Amino acid sequence: MDNDASSYTPPPGEAVTVEALRRGDENVFSELVTEHSPAMLRVARMHVSSQAVADEVVQEAWLGVISGIDRFEGRASLKTWIFRIVANIAKTRGERERRSVPFSSVGGREGNAEAAVDGDRFLDAGRWAGHWTSAPSRWSELPEEQLVGGETVGVVEAAIAALPEVQRTVITLRDVEGWSSEDVRNALDLTETNQRVILHRARSKVRRALEGYLDGEQR
Amino acid sequence: MSENELSCREFVEIVTEYLEGGLTPAERVRFEEHLDGCDGCVNYLDQIRTSISLTGRVTTDDLTDETKVELLAAFRDWKRD
Repeated sequence: MDNDASSYTPPPGEAVTVEALRRGDENVFSELVTEHSPAMLRVARMHVSSQAVADEVVQEAWLGVISGIDRFEGRASLKTWIFRIVANIAKTRGERERRSVPFSSVGGREGNAEAAVDGDRFLDAGRWAGHWTSAPSRWSELPEEQLVGGETVGVVEAAIAALPEVQRTVITLRDVEGWSSEDVRNALDLTETNQRVILHRARSKVRRALEGYLDGEQR
Repeated sequence: MSENELSCREFVEIVTEYLEGGLTPAERVRFEEHLDGCDGCVNYLDQIRTSISLTGRVTTDDLTDETKVELLAAFRDWKRD
């Protein structure tokens, strides 16, 4: 984050956005709020216990953005700066709520119990040990409307809702919001490896839920 | 299966690293060689990709309209100061 400050180049158009905010351009502010608030809520939700408090945290963060924009130095992107503000406020609120964030469990505790695919899907012995006992099916052969239908997306949504908080946040930022891994690492203060391990677990579980649903229907 | 060949069980655990560009060139070769000879894993990789793209269709929570209106009012006030 700060160590690459010297080589940092702001994203194109960012200076224009910052200038517009300083001038008090309501449309630009409103667009930013629309663009970033869903992800900010997700980040806030990692630290505080309810959606209502997360809402307050995000609101407070935006007020911090308004009052701080004149002091924004552009040493990191505006997005990084905004997400640092929301993370700091959320952490403080979370500590006040005495609800600790289980970040330390990120790569540990859950351990190897979390295989991407159930162990009984693979052969244990013989020449083909480690190979599929029942191979995954070809989803591309499913009817398009079944694959992209609202019900299928609902299965994904439910699977994400059932994930541990950190996994839910990472997969939401990466695959729902479309963030880069670098942005996620910066906003959540994760190492590259941790980010990848968490994402892997989250994606594996979503696939598994989809398999249960899509293949169940087929049979 | 020779010893340095990847098993399907191992394959599914490094799929994310593959997609994230986190494998070394040698690991990448092993991964792709396995893919060449294994329809099950071709399907698995395809399922993961489909799963990622379906995740992109999920909508997220947003601030209430009320909060947005309040924020815009706060922005307007700040501009006036």
